[in-house]
Amino acid sequence: MNGVHDMGGMQDMGPIEYEKNEPVFHARWEARMRALAQAMWAWPQLNIDASRYQIELIPPVEYLRNSYYENWFAGLTGLIVKRGLVTSAELESGVPAAGSSKATPALAADRVLPLLARGIVGTRDVRVAPQFKVSQRVRARNLNPNGHTRLPRYARGKMGTIIRDHGVFVFPDTNAEFQGDKPQHVYSVRFTARELWGEQASPRDAVYLDLWDDYLEPA
Amino acid sequence: MESSRRDFLATAATAAGAAATGNLAHAQEQDHDHVHQAVPSDLTLRVKSLESLLVEKGLVDPATLDALVDAFEHKLGPRNGARVIARAWADPAYKKRLLADATTAIAEFGFTDAHGARMVAVENTPKVRNLIVCTLCSCYPWPVLGLPPVWYKSAAYRSRSVIDPRGVLHEFGEELAEDVEVRVWDSTAEVRYIVLPERPAGSEKLNEQELAALVTRDAMIGVRKVTLSQSGGAA
Repeated sequence: MNGVHDMGGMQDMGPIEYEKNEPVFHARWEARMRALAQAMWAWPQLNIDASRYQIELIPPVEYLRNSYYENWFAGLTGLIVKRGLVTSAELESGVPAAGSSKATPALAADRVLPLLARGIVGTRDVRVAPQFKVSQRVRARNLNPNGHTRLPRYARGKMGTIIRDHGVFVFPDTNAEFQGDKPQHVYSVRFTARELWGEQASPRDAVYLDLWDDYLEPA
Repeated sequence: MESSRRDFLATAATAAGAAATGNLAHAQEQDHDHVHQAVPSDLTLRVKSLESLLVEKGLVDPATLDALVDAFEHKLGPRNGARVIARAWADPAYKKRLLADATTAIAEFGFTDAHGARMVAVENTPKVRNLIVCTLCSCYPWPVLGLPPVWYKSAAYRSRSVIDPRGVLHEFGEELAEDVEVRVWDSTAEVRYIVLPERPAGSEKLNEQELAALVTRDAMIGVRKVTLSQSGGAA
């Protein structure tokens, strides 16, 4: 989706506002919100790509106006209703529907540290042949899907060089809508700054993106 | 429906207040909130209501939420990454392993297991500067840096870092020479980056622990260099 979340290369977003000695959270509700999202991701009805996509579906004006964790709140509540973990009536009232069954939490407290230490694992332990090889010239496809994608607009149609094969990963475009893993190789692809931004860019600089087989075509 | 929600939220607010008075660890923050607002903010109420619902439905365990918050605030963070960088400076063999396979080399510290998220370390030199960003959302190497600061997640940084990285470094107080190559790493997949900064001149006699104290979060994102004068700046 060509949403406002796809910010790479946009201009006039103002200065970077740096906070010295910034706390991890600026309010208790941010901490609880962050923890709630992490705990809910343990349910198989959710996944990281669907969570990102749900935040991308926030109307652009709201997305920009909201704070980071306000967007997380909108994203998580939208997704758990969409995936049937709660109903909108329950969300509205704050109490479970009468007679609804009680689940057993998917993430236990003693599993928190190992889980966080691992980070997000997107790899898939399956054999899939790579479509491209290191040092090959490729072009990022000119794709404009209505749904979720991790191919930023600023790279579409641009030529790059594969510098590393990261292995096999789940494909976010399908995973975000629970339409399968579609496992495939992800590569680090180097695009010169001049290819992306023209003559105004330094001839020495480059931007590296991690891109899936389905985002690329031979140059 | 609207009035019943208000009733519920009022109850939730009271419960939140009661919980806070019994929790010394959060007392200071509560006091801070009270300076600025007489009633809890809307988000405080809405998140409290959401948490209450998810706990009631058995979807989350409050003890798990407490453990997560504690981990985010006290266990994860740039001190972990600083230890990795210091070891790479002190031990050439480790540096080689880190640059060849950061996932496995970082796992040596026990922050993660061998099946953890894919990590890549990128090395700064006098002629190469690396900068890490996530233009699409807020991807960041939690196991080594913790949660990202607000500026990293801001529209300003996400938009500008790829089109004008030298301008970004200028905002952080540095003028980059023209003959330096800038490499920007946009974290579009489940691969996480950490910058291996240049070891500062004059640090030759420092041990690994002293070196780690010099390494800041900002240096591991790539927006600043490591200098001898900073200490504990990664917090």
